[in-house]
Amino acid sequence: MSRFTTGQRNRIWRIGSLLPAALILVLLSIYPVFNLIDLSLSEVTWSGGQSSSSYVGLDNYHTLFTDEPVYWAGVRNTIVFALTAVALQMVLGFSMALSVQRLSGISRAVLTTIFLLPIVIPPIVIGAMWRLLLGREFGMVNQLLGAVGIPPIDFLGNGDIALLSVIAVDVWHWTPFAFLLLLTGLESLDEEVFDAARFDVTSGWQRLRYITLPLMMPTFLITLGLRLILSFKVFDEIYLLTGGGPGTATEVINFSIYRTFFTQDKTGLGSAMSVVTLVAVAVLIVIVNGAIRMRRKREVNG
Amino acid sequence: MKSSKRFGITPGNLVAWGYALIILGPMLWIVSNSFKRQIDILMGTTISPGTLVNYRQLLFSRQSDFAQNLLNSGIVALSATVIVLVIATLAAFTIVRLQPPKWAVWLLLGWALVFHMLPTLTFLGSWYVMYSNAGLHGSYTALILTQVVQNLPTTLFLMVGFMLAIPNELIQAARLDGCSYGQVFRRIVLPLSFGGIAAAGSLAFINAWSDFAIALNLSNRDTMTAPVAIATFAQEFEVQYGAMAAASVVSMIPALVLILFGQRYVIRGLMAGAVK
Repeated sequence: MSRFTTGQRNRIWRIGSLLPAALILVLLSIYPVFNLIDLSLSEVTWSGGQSSSSYVGLDNYHTLFTDEPVYWAGVRNTIVFALTAVALQMVLGFSMALSVQRLSGISRAVLTTIFLLPIVIPPIVIGAMWRLLLGREFGMVNQLLGAVGIPPIDFLGNGDIALLSVIAVDVWHWTPFAFLLLLTGLESLDEEVFDAARFDVTSGWQRLRYITLPLMMPTFLITLGLRLILSFKVFDEIYLLTGGGPGTATEVINFSIYRTFFTQDKTGLGSAMSVVTLVAVAVLIVIVNGAIRMRRKREVNG
Repeated sequence: MKSSKRFGITPGNLVAWGYALIILGPMLWIVSNSFKRQIDILMGTTISPGTLVNYRQLLFSRQSDFAQNLLNSGIVALSATVIVLVIATLAAFTIVRLQPPKWAVWLLLGWALVFHMLPTLTFLGSWYVMYSNAGLHGSYTALILTQVVQNLPTTLFLMVGFMLAIPNELIQAARLDGCSYGQVFRRIVLPLSFGGIAAAGSLAFINAWSDFAIALNLSNRDTMTAPVAIATFAQEFEVQYGAMAAASVVSMIPALVLILFGQRYVIRGLMAGAVK
């Protein structure tokens, strides 16, 4: 200790404290991207748990763009899935936030706890749960439908409605997240605006339409953008609910990548898929970020 | 607001409790299924005499590895949480109070934010190849390291937020008293950021405990975690619904405990991670 002066020790501390975080990120998140690009340009063979790759140029990309209809079905499904699920989450989440905002005390605490549950339990459990609920003969949903005289529906096995079922499960899973963000947004609104307008707006609907909604726009935008980007991560629930099927009805991008890499052992092609997906999501992040910034700038300028 | 003082049944009230029912219903259904025999689940019997057979088979039978799976989940999640907390807290203090070069902060936080939003699955293949070539595939080390990098962005943002809340005057005063950075960190910053560490830690633990995709592809039979085991119940020739339900209930317990006793921290964690 005493070998160093305080100044030297401080310099060591400053670098040393940032080093582990930087090292982990470089080694396990930046290098893997370059590794992916490298793998996507190669034909990879495995022997004894070690990979060896030979350069094949853009072959994998050529295959991906001309001969991988399943991946592109996944792209389409993922976009439909993300847009529909997030739209529903926003509407439901906002109505949840509005209804909880008016409550106080114990019922509010109990409700908030309940609403948070889907966010904190493992996603695979949500998959298992809904598999039991949506089961064709024995699921609770079909029992309830049966009670009002509707014949059983094959929620997960019918190609026409499987994607809708998966979207419904995602809405159940992530609406609470939208709720939490929107509730915080609602509570941070300036009470004075409402006071000032109390003679101009008479009904609760008018207050919602002309004051709350416009003031909430920035929060809406952030929540929407974030959920949209994060819904491209979906994998766990679909793995357990439908496995991408029937056919390609619920195939999503992540599922194609998983299958190509890990069950078909096509490392090069899987890497090409990953690279294309990474670029696409990165573009989406830039767009969403730009939209939020533009909106902020407009606000500052009046 | 005036309306907040109103009690009793209002439309808003009803809507809120309706949503609560939609969330609780499925969870109660899976709990009730976990106490049913396979045959009762398949027959759709709503009320059946409760049985512990699923839990007994799951946790104590010779054929089941689930106790080991739970232990693996615990080892991976706890180690990853501790490591990521240490790394992120150290880095956050320096970023907020010790004026490192702007470009370094911008790069570190900017990439962390982007990385946090990119789909995990796009990285898995790359990790798989890296770990395999390093002879680490299937090891705890591989699982823990991957959980650390997965949770580093959120933890980092959370800790930066909490560090910003510590008054700079305190740190300045300690510096004037001749404390080195290390001493300031140990004596002032650490004790004051307990709440932040608890919030970030709860969140990191929940995430690591819940992970499925990483463990599915990077673990082997010996290091398989509970979520992967749950998925295997669904893939056997005859789906083991009873075991799946019981295993689901057991693996929900840590999250339930955290939300009941540390709701404050969990909410803080979720919020701060999302807003930045």
